[in-house]
Amino acid sequence: MAERAPHPGWRRAALHHGLPVGVVLALLLLLWYAAAWALNAPGAIERVLDADAGYTWQELLSTTMSMERPLMPAPHQVLLDTLESLTEWPLDSPRNLLFHVAVTAQSTLLGFVMGTALGLVLSVLIVHSRTLDRALMPWIVASQTVPVLAIAPIVLVILGSLGFSGVAPKAVIAMYLCFFPVTVAMVQGLRSPQRMETEMMHTYAASRWQALWLLRLPAALPYLFPALRVGVAAGLVGAMVAELPTGAQAGLGARLLTGSYYGQTVQIWSALVLSALLGLLLTASVAAVERLVLRKRSGA
Amino acid sequence: MTAGQWAAVLLLGALAAWSVVRLAALDASRWAGVATAALFGAWVLVFWEILVRALEVPRVLLPAPSLILEALAAHAPRLWADAVQTVGKAVMVGWALGCGLGFTVALAIDRLPFLQRGLLPVASLTSAVPLVAVAPIAVMWFGFEWPSKAAVVVLMTFFPMLVSTLAGLRAAGMLERELMHSYAASYARTLLALRLPCALPFIVSALKINATLALIGAIVAEFFGSPTQGLGFRISTEAARMNMPLVWAAIVVAAVAGSVAYALLVALERQVAFWHPSVREA
Repeated sequence: MAERAPHPGWRRAALHHGLPVGVVLALLLLLWYAAAWALNAPGAIERVLDADAGYTWQELLSTTMSMERPLMPAPHQVLLDTLESLTEWPLDSPRNLLFHVAVTAQSTLLGFVMGTALGLVLSVLIVHSRTLDRALMPWIVASQTVPVLAIAPIVLVILGSLGFSGVAPKAVIAMYLCFFPVTVAMVQGLRSPQRMETEMMHTYAASRWQALWLLRLPAALPYLFPALRVGVAAGLVGAMVAELPTGAQAGLGARLLTGSYYGQTVQIWSALVLSALLGLLLTASVAAVERLVLRKRSGA
Repeated sequence: MTAGQWAAVLLLGALAAWSVVRLAALDASRWAGVATAALFGAWVLVFWEILVRALEVPRVLLPAPSLILEALAAHAPRLWADAVQTVGKAVMVGWALGCGLGFTVALAIDRLPFLQRGLLPVASLTSAVPLVAVAPIAVMWFGFEWPSKAAVVVLMTFFPMLVSTLAGLRAAGMLERELMHSYAASYARTLLALRLPCALPFIVSALKINATLALIGAIVAEFFGSPTQGLGFRISTEAARMNMPLVWAAIVVAAVAGSVAYALLVALERQVAFWHPSVREA
C-alpha cells in the first residue's frame, strides 16, 4: 500500500498541501480579527470610549478586542471563553461546554445508530421486494428534495404528548434524518454487483442470504460510508434543532438559543465553534472506520 | 367501530395490498413505476384517514388528511404570505447570492492553484459542520426580517457551489484542452468554449443540492427568531399552540415548494446538460 510505505516526497507533499491550507486558515483568522474590529468599533466608540476626550487608535483597537458583549467577538475571546468553561467548571456543570457537547453527541449517536439500522433493514427489503421497490422507493428518493427537518417540531409534540422526553425525541429526529441518505445509498450499493457476479452466485446455488452476505453487502460498503458521513452530519443538525423548541436546558442547540436570548455573543460563538468541532469529529470517526474497513477488505 | 366495519377495513387493506403488488409486477415501463408509487401514496392517505377516525387518535398526535386539507384551504392566504416570506424572499435571494458567490469565487481562484489547494479542503470540511447554527448570530446582525435568513442560506449554499464549480472546471479532458491549446485559444476562449460547458453538469447538480439546503436553512433559521410570518415561524409557533393541522399544512407547503424547485432545476439540467451521460440515461 502506497500510504504505509515511507513516501520519499512526503515532506514536499506536506508542504504542497499543508502550506496552502495553513495560509488560507491564517487569512480567515486575520479576516475574523478585521471583522471584529470593524463591527465593534461603532459600539466601542459609543459605549466605552469617551468621544469628547478623544482616543488613540490603539485604545480603539484594544477596546474592540475585549468588549463584554461584542457584536463580533475576537477569536481569542472565543478561545478563552471555551477554555474557561472547559477548565474552571466540573464536567457535570451546565457551565461546562463539554457537558453540552456530550448531551448533543449522545442524542446524535443514538439517532445515527437507529437510523443506520433502519436504513440497512429497509434497503435489504427494497432490494428483495419488487413491490416495495416500486411503491416505496420513489417516495424515499423524493423526500431528499423536501425539507424533512421541518417535521422536527411535530415529532417533538407527538413524542412529548406520548410521555417521552429527554434524549428520545432528539434521537428520533436525528434518526429520520440519517435514515434517508443511508437507505438511498444502500439500495444503490446492494444493486451494484454486476450481472456476471450475481449469476455466479446463482450457479453456486447460493441462497438469497448467502448472496446478500457474501456478495451484495461487501459490494455496497463503498456506497454506505459516504452516506454515513452525510447522515451523521445531518443527525447533528437534527439533534441541535430538536433542542430548540422545548426550552431544553442542555445541549449545544439550547446553548445557542439561551445565548441569543441574553445577548451573550461570546457564548453563542463558543457553542458554534464546539458544534463545528463535534461535527468534524463525528465525520472524521466515520471516515476512520471507513478506511479501516475498506483497507481490511482490499487487503484480504 | 363494530366488528363488521373492522372486517370491511381489513378487506380494503387486502384489496390495497393486492392492487399495489399487481401494479408493481407489471412491465418495467416508467409510467407503471410512477403509477405504482402514486397508488401506494393514495392508499396510505386513505388508511391514514380511516384509522385516525376509527381509533379516534387525538388531533394533537396525528390529524387526519382531510383536516390538514381543510387547514390548507382555510388558511390559504396566510400560508401563501408565509411561503412568499420564506421561499420568495429568504430562500430565493439567499440561494441566488450564495450560488453566485460560490461560482464567482471559484472562477476567481481558477488561475491560483495555491489558493485552490488551500481553500478546497477547508470548503469540503464545512459539509460536516452544522452551518445553520449561525442563525442566532445572523438574527443579531441583520435583524428579525428575511435578510438574516437569506444570510444563513448564503453561507450554507456558498461552499457546495464553490467545491462543485472547482471540480467542474477540472473536468475537461486533457485531449480537449490540448486541442484548444493547439488552436492557440486564449484562456478566456478555452474557459467559455470548453471548460464552462464541461463544468455545467457539476454546477447544476450543486444548484439542485443547494435548493434543498436553502429551504432547510431558511426554515430552521426562522425557528431562532423571525417576524410574525414565514413557514418556519408558522411551524414552530403553531406546534407550540398544538394547532397541528395548520403545522402539517405549512409542511405540505414547504414540501411542495421543495419539490417544485427541484423539478424546475431538473428541467433546466435537461436543457443545458443534455449531452452528459447522467442526463441521457435518465
